[in-house]
Amino acid sequence: MPASTTAPPPALEAKALARSFGVVKALRGVDFALERGSALTVFGPNGAGKTTLLRILAGLLRADRGEVRMDGRPFRRDDAAQRRRIGLISHASLLYDGLTARENLEFYGRLYGLGDVRQAAGSALEAVGLAQRADSPAGTMSRGMVQRLAIARALLHDPVLVLLDEPFTGLDQAAAGALRAQLMRLRAEGRTVVLVTHNLDEGLELATHVAIQVAGRFVEYGARAGGVDGYRRRYAEATRDA
Amino acid sequence: MRELLAQAAAVAAKDLLLELRSRTAFLSMLAFTMLVLAIFNFARDPTAVSASDLAPSTLWITFSFAGLLGLNRGFALERENRAIDGLLLAPLSRSALYLGKVLANLAFVGAVEAIALPAFALFFNVPVLPVLGPLVLVIVLATVGFVAVGTLLSAMAVATRFAELMLAVLMLPFLMPPVSAAAQITARLFSGRPFAEQVGWLKILVGYDIVFVILCILVFDWTVEE
Amino acid sequence: MTEPARVTGAVPGRSHVWLWLALALLAGVYVRALAFTPVERVQGLAQKIFYIHVPSAWAAFLAFIVVSACSVGYLVLKDQRLDLIAASSAEVGVVFTSGVLLTGPIWAKPIWGAWWTWDARLTSTLFLWFIFFGYLVMRSAVGEPGQRARYSSVLGILGAPLVVFIHVSVTLFRTTHPQPVVLKPQGPTLPGEMLTTLLLSVAVFTVFYLALTARRYALAKAELARAQALAEGDHAA
Repeated sequence: MPASTTAPPPALEAKALARSFGVVKALRGVDFALERGSALTVFGPNGAGKTTLLRILAGLLRADRGEVRMDGRPFRRDDAAQRRRIGLISHASLLYDGLTARENLEFYGRLYGLGDVRQAAGSALEAVGLAQRADSPAGTMSRGMVQRLAIARALLHDPVLVLLDEPFTGLDQAAAGALRAQLMRLRAEGRTVVLVTHNLDEGLELATHVAIQVAGRFVEYGARAGGVDGYRRRYAEATRDA
Repeated sequence: MRELLAQAAAVAAKDLLLELRSRTAFLSMLAFTMLVLAIFNFARDPTAVSASDLAPSTLWITFSFAGLLGLNRGFALERENRAIDGLLLAPLSRSALYLGKVLANLAFVGAVEAIALPAFALFFNVPVLPVLGPLVLVIVLATVGFVAVGTLLSAMAVATRFAELMLAVLMLPFLMPPVSAAAQITARLFSGRPFAEQVGWLKILVGYDIVFVILCILVFDWTVEE
Repeated sequence: MTEPARVTGAVPGRSHVWLWLALALLAGVYVRALAFTPVERVQGLAQKIFYIHVPSAWAAFLAFIVVSACSVGYLVLKDQRLDLIAASSAEVGVVFTSGVLLTGPIWAKPIWGAWWTWDARLTSTLFLWFIFFGYLVMRSAVGEPGQRARYSSVLGILGAPLVVFIHVSVTLFRTTHPQPVVLKPQGPTLPGEMLTTLLLSVAVFTVFYLALTARRYALAKAELARAQALAEGDHAA
């Protein structure tokens, strides 16, 4: 009996995704397929539709056409099991300023049905180095600390797919460095990552695949090849013509 | 089902914890309610109109205004840091989110009503204690209907520019059945008529609650999906 | 660089034909109402307003039923046209509702001596006006068309049971509105000629409502087409 040699389906797949807001066509057909453990970085100027793409992948937005597949199965927004496998880090923190760091994480822990929320919150805070600030309200924290707390929130339920929307916005050097290290850790842990950004310097390092998105389409997409300069040149060309 | 309730409870608990921390909304609503009650006392000629004539209207107009002020809070607090995205990302059913918000609003508005009622009895010298049981029932029924619809409408109003005004404009027609029914029953309770006589108005109150709680749960999805 | 699509002043389609037809029918039925229908004995000439007041109320509620039905349809089918029909119907509906609220007092004053009596039908119509108003205000406050359609549809659906509850609540109050002379269980007590005129008015107002809504809808579609053409022009440039 020959052993099965079929490859596993892609961890994340997008087919012909399109979305309009009234007469504005934010996404005009985007396709990609990622194996587990890959990291796709999407570069594009403002208005290219990157956030729209990410929100569709996160299940926050419905696509007008096309579909998203996770591990070969169509992504359905009301499928709780699939939603449980997604984590989102955005430039907004998705946290409550009035609650402490611990309370924020315990709340999300409850939403995700994590049994011992106190313990889960505790270890998540340790992992991002915020254990001493566990009982400070999120509103009193610096931007860098808030970003770390947001990462803790996003990873609390151990998602296999991590989506990042301009996560470096407003971070100083130190915080940006910490975030870069965190992202490399995500790759090492075998999670699938999709990062959208307008800043080439931030997202290229961790990428296994790179896409350049302009006016709702991928004008370039493929495995990462070459260095920053090549991408910088092609990005400048692509955005100049837009 | 149990998970739905557990999630709704988590959402409600979070809202109440946030409110407990800052207390500004609750205290403002309370102050506002006391002020409205006090102003009603001066907005009449005491030699021409007795307090008991105006009492039922005063009570229900006061509750309506206070309720309107309190409803906006619910979804407004999800706008900071786009927390609503966090809620929609999680495996949280939309119905659980709606129920959680309704529970939090009920606790909030209910707390204000619980303090306003004795104040009302005091200011207007109305014998509330003899009819306390039926009165509380009526207040609960009317508040449930009011909060169920108001929570749904506030989810939409919060996305518009003049959210408080929008909520009030949308809410006012929806207030008419529960408030008029509650006011009519309250008036008859205060004038000593038997509670059992108010069947017609009670049916309206209960019917309104059942119809709109179910309907709001069904359509809530459409107010938060994109 | 391509030129943006030219937009002419006219609204495409034949909706204006229906409108002229409706206006002609309207003129015809009022000639009949004023010249060829007997004058009511007790109320005199003031009763002639009846032939505007009642059909307007009918058209207003018809408009609302259409809004509700299209709202359900939109949430199920997600067809933007249903949302446009609902919006057009709401705009036309608020006009008819205003008509009822204006003719009501004009009729009431000579008969009852007061401009406004809180009778059941007029009060329900007042709240219907507020419901239409809230619907239209909500639409104007939401920019994104998909979101606007969703929110409007939610309101359109909630409004239906609300109208029922309002009417039941109002009826529970004492009313001073004249007994409904047409829809009494034992049969209409309106004498033959007047009944015919009334039924004709109701039919004509139905046509009038349909013509106005169709025209408004045609205008809405034209505006949408224009916006899309401009957006395409921007992209091609």
